[in-house]
Amino acid sequence: MKENTTLVQVSTRSQSFGFFRAMSAVVWKDLAAELRGRELISAMLVFALLVILIFNFALELDAETRSTVTSGVLWVTFAFAGTLGLNRSMAMEKDRGCLDGLLLAPVDRSAIYFGKAIGNLIFMLIVEMIVLPVYSLLYNTNLFNPGLLLVILLGSIGYVAVGTLLSSMAVQTRTRDVLLPILLFPVAIPVFIAAVRASTGFLQGIDMAEIQPWLSLLITYDVVFTAVAFMVFDYVVEE
Amino acid sequence: MIEVRKLYKRFGMKTVLHGLDFHVDTGEFVALLGPNGAGKTTFLRILASLSRPTLGEVWISGHHLPSQAAAVRRRLGVVSHLPLLYGDLTAEENLRFFGRMYSISELNQRVAEVLELVGLSARRRDLVRTFSRGMQQRLAIGRAVLHDPDVMLFDEPHTGLDQDASAMLDHVLREVAAMGRTVVMTSHDLARTGDLASRFDVLSRGVITASIQRSQIDPNQLLAFYRQALQGTAS
Repeated sequence: MKENTTLVQVSTRSQSFGFFRAMSAVVWKDLAAELRGRELISAMLVFALLVILIFNFALELDAETRSTVTSGVLWVTFAFAGTLGLNRSMAMEKDRGCLDGLLLAPVDRSAIYFGKAIGNLIFMLIVEMIVLPVYSLLYNTNLFNPGLLLVILLGSIGYVAVGTLLSSMAVQTRTRDVLLPILLFPVAIPVFIAAVRASTGFLQGIDMAEIQPWLSLLITYDVVFTAVAFMVFDYVVEE
Repeated sequence: MIEVRKLYKRFGMKTVLHGLDFHVDTGEFVALLGPNGAGKTTFLRILASLSRPTLGEVWISGHHLPSQAAAVRRRLGVVSHLPLLYGDLTAEENLRFFGRMYSISELNQRVAEVLELVGLSARRRDLVRTFSRGMQQRLAIGRAVLHDPDVMLFDEPHTGLDQDASAMLDHVLREVAAMGRTVVMTSHDLARTGDLASRFDVLSRGVITASIQRSQIDPNQLLAFYRQALQGTAS
């Protein structure tokens, strides 16, 4: 006889509700764990600030040249710091076999993917929001441009969408730290090109008609790779 | 309760399971014995829907794998040599998180009950990374029974535990996890499984080579039975 304590009632709520419940549980879990450990954001932030500082000393720029390289420096910083965060976030799932624990849950596995991706996006945006004012101070450039913030949001969504999927593949291997950037950077090139061009456009006050194609590319990339990840995540994580 | 027919599992060119047949009735506690590399963990991962069979049929509680994996997972509890718990969350937070993943209603009450069952109520607000290995395994059992599954799978749950912790884990296994449930446990520790299981199957080179009920064997003869089963495969 099973333990005669309270009868467990496993609810039969609709699948969509179960999907959002599981997704929000994964986001909550990642945020709660990060609030305790502060391993992920602090590592990303320190790394990002160091990269900006190194660029500051390496590139002695006049005001005009500075405006042309700003978006490049910013996106290199975000890409490197983002890879660090994506690796750490999935490594946390591999420690103590937690990923298996997640995969054993009777939920649509894409809910786990979206939960992880939203958590990663929140961490990346937090780091970016701290990096921007520091960059503004160091390079004496005003980065608080609504257009630039939109590009950073769209670029981060695309980068995290494909990065979360690839990190869940890379984490299964022994060389995961090395493998993720090797897999991720080539696939994310369209995001970097579009994000750098659109960012430069907004910072230099170029006509919106010229920026629009890059924004469209970013939105298309976000939609396509989110859809691809939704479809293939189950196959990626199953042996 | 569990029905496996002609199960094959290949990783690239390497075949780990060679047409394995396996059957477990409701309420049975089957110890799956075998040396390292015999395919025990691979087999258990297929039963747990964590790995996809290359060929063959797997049915658990009337549900087919992998096509009805979500329905199977709802009826499964899994304990492995890793705790599958988050070190930066407390014991209570871990159980609450997994409870939400299983859509358990009246979750707070159920979490309190499970913590009581595994003897960790006093440590419910402590981070799991501060727990000893034995305590982590007890909490892992709590996580596995949280949704009251019909079938329990144990993959070498005693790995890394000292004698006292293993004895305590055995107690929790008997009193909490195994009661009334169908259980499959992999192990190479014959002494421990001899006390727990109602049937012993030997898995070697990817197939079940021998099977015997506990009532049909003297516990002292288990080692001889196991060696004989392995020699039969080797010859």
